[in-house]
Amino acid sequence: MAFAIEVKDLVKYYGELLAVDHISFQVEEGEIFGFLGPNGAGKTTTQRILTGIIEGNDGDAWVMGHNIRKDAFYAKSLMGIVPEMANPYIDISAWNNLMLMGELYGVPKERRRKQADKLLEMLGLYERKNTKVKTFSKGMKQRLLLCISLISQPQILFLDEPTAGLDVQSARLIRNLITELNKEGVTVFLTTHNIEEANQLCTRIAIIDHGKIATIDSPENLRQAFQSMQSVEISFAAPFDDIGLLRKLAGVNEVKRVGEKLRLYTEEPAKVIYELTNFSRSNNIKFTTLNTLGPSLEDVFVKITEEHKGWNYEHH
Amino acid sequence: MNTTERVKQELRRAWTIAKKDIRIYYFKSPVIIFGIIFPFFLFLAFALGRNISPVFLFPGIIGMTLFFTASSVGPIIMPWEARMRTLERLLSSPVSIQFILLGDILAGFIFGIIISLVPFLFAILGFRLAVHNFPLFILSILISSFCFSSLGILLSTPPSDNPSNIMMLSNLVRLPIIFVSGIFIPIERLPHAGKIVANFSPLTYTVDLLRCGFEGVSQYSVIRNVLMLVLFLAIFLLLGMKLHKRNLAKRL
Repeated sequence: MAFAIEVKDLVKYYGELLAVDHISFQVEEGEIFGFLGPNGAGKTTTQRILTGIIEGNDGDAWVMGHNIRKDAFYAKSLMGIVPEMANPYIDISAWNNLMLMGELYGVPKERRRKQADKLLEMLGLYERKNTKVKTFSKGMKQRLLLCISLISQPQILFLDEPTAGLDVQSARLIRNLITELNKEGVTVFLTTHNIEEANQLCTRIAIIDHGKIATIDSPENLRQAFQSMQSVEISFAAPFDDIGLLRKLAGVNEVKRVGEKLRLYTEEPAKVIYELTNFSRSNNIKFTTLNTLGPSLEDVFVKITEEHKGWNYEHH
Repeated sequence: MNTTERVKQELRRAWTIAKKDIRIYYFKSPVIIFGIIFPFFLFLAFALGRNISPVFLFPGIIGMTLFFTASSVGPIIMPWEARMRTLERLLSSPVSIQFILLGDILAGFIFGIIISLVPFLFAILGFRLAVHNFPLFILSILISSFCFSSLGILLSTPPSDNPSNIMMLSNLVRLPIIFVSGIFIPIERLPHAGKIVANFSPLTYTVDLLRCGFEGVSQYSVIRNVLMLVLFLAIFLLLGMKLHKRNLAKRL
């Protein structure tokens, strides 16, 4: 299997601060690879190194087989990029933004015109193509940035928080487009802290924390690996506040209130359901809903980053 | 793709950057008006009421216009792009920082030459001045514009995203230069200290070359003037590119 991205022992310091701490991973061609982490974990720094914007202090990285340090020109030519909190040029039109970026990527004039027309149509900006970008909403600007990233028909797409702060329609449009592009063979490197988005889109996920890769796996495998975070969610017909009683049930590790429901974390959901029905019968408390839940990716993320935090505290 | 082809492609993209700069930053009425009016008012302030011959004054005015216009917008492009969050997108395109800066320099170079045509045409058509050595005149305009535009890039190296800070620094450096470059007072009439300081101003050599182009006489030899401008150009260009590369991460 060819690697779209290969990272070996990458290190980046900002002064004394170690932002990326000897990370290594590979992304296969055709994957949607999620890069998750809390704020300040090193996500954006890693993406900036991979896209040739800044250089690492040590280690190496290859994108589509090109060394990003030595062959940045060739590697960048194959990439489409939506950086975090970037803007198009607001004093020129959407069309001129696309023509400018197309020219910078060496796309021939006729091809970039056709591609621009197609992309503007696809992302719902065609009617406003000759309007100066300063009049665009945040969602429209973000859609335009995505158009810009696709003007050169890239083989790999780097997206840094592409749907952050967008309205539902714009976010959905962008997610659908990412899926479509991936079906056409485009590899996607998605940096995000939107766990649900990563869950929906990604083939595999890396979780980075304090500059280190904490884990890499598919969303499903990550959930499977955290069986202790399975849960049973129950809601009672009458108000019920004595969480302590539920904690004493066999097989229950932890109980949390989630809105009007109570969530009982367990490794043995069947046993807990049996215990809950007995509890309900013997205390004459009726329940209205009872559901079993697998661990959510958010649970996994929180668990991993908390464990990693503990690890860091122990080792520093 | 070999290195020559890559360099060719990057040069084409530097030209794209230059076109972008001209469209977005230079061709704005305040920039153009300031570029023409500022040297004109300085001219009025120093020439009115004094018996100075046009053939002495105009090379100074043209040099000053070139100096102020070629280095006018370059200093604010990088901080402005950082503030407007367009810089990261630009840096991620397949153009190295050196060629991005070359594009910025090219824009200042072209703008400087175009605006300098105004006092030049004023001298030729209004005052009926004749150019004694036209090729030398053209050479001095080209090399000086490139040099001053590179100075603009060097001035933008502090990693600030506040254009007004950079403009303050830029004016702090540029304004004193016009008073020690033999524009209003010939170098031979400057005090000894003034003559020494004049050696460190690239504008001195531009004005001297332009006077040689107009009159056929100059304070320094043509070779010395050209070599000094090339030396300044090399320093501004190389130092500017090195510092920009070093400060890039701090700017994002």
